Amino acid sequence: MVAASEIAIVALAAGGVFFAFVAAVGLLRLPDLYTRAHAASKSDTLGAVLSLAAVALVFGTGTTTVKTVFLLAFMFVTNPTAAHAIARAAHDQGIEPWTLADRETEVGPTGGAEEADRAASEPATDGGSPDAASEWTNTTSAVGPETTGESEPGEDSKPADGRIGGTKE
Amino acid sequence: MTAADPVVSPLIAEVLLAAAGAFVLFGIVVFYRVYHGPTVQDRVIGVNVVGSNTVVVIALLAAAFGQPALLDVALVYALLNFLMSIALSKFTVERGEVF
Repeated sequence: MVAASEIAIVALAAGGVFFAFVAAVGLLRLPDLYTRAHAASKSDTLGAVLSLAAVALVFGTGTTTVKTVFLLAFMFVTNPTAAHAIARAAHDQGIEPWTLADRETEVGPTGGAEEADRAASEPATDGGSPDAASEWTNTTSAVGPETTGESEPGEDSKPADGRIGGTKE
Repeated sequence: MTAADPVVSPLIAEVLLAAAGAFVLFGIVVFYRVYHGPTVQDRVIGVNVVGSNTVVVIALLAAAFGQPALLDVALVYALLNFLMSIALSKFTVERGEVF
């Protein structure tokens, strides 16, 4: 019969493969270095940790399991640290994060996204320490036009003008 | 390396080998980012992901084949992978780009 530990091993290995797949897709498809660092550090580390947990369950109790748990803890700590060091090196070199204005030049201006990306790009061009802030405003404003555009079709321009107070370009 | 797996049943060994094959496939796919990344840091992140996937593949092989000695190899490679990412990012800041 199938033991409970065998079910757990298969489930953990499947979860590890899934999160590694998400990390690979994210590395290929995301538009910017900083967003790719999110995929590579978080999802890839979780996939590796789940797979190493499956390996630890395989070996049962003993010194081999202690070695596997040590390897798991090491990867859990160092993989995000390496991604953070890479992202900080990129920021020191002056690489700017991707904003919705870049998507506008790539895709073409859309109705609801123009006001939102002006609102998102303006805090990003301040300089100083806007990298984390611009990423967060990018994610929220990427969700914004899709949710508010359908509910308020005629009022997209009015609150945007009041918020910005002038054109960006 | 013999195929004797005294620790798991053959079915679990097949599952672990399939997972290792999937990780190898993801590592190969990420090479597109290493080739195509517009900045050096993109390439460094790609190589870091390839290294982490390799560590997981070695550990899964250690479990599938029942040979705990492979775990030492995985540990050493995890250390080297981390060190290389840190060293490359420091190098690109101090000395400019490395192609």
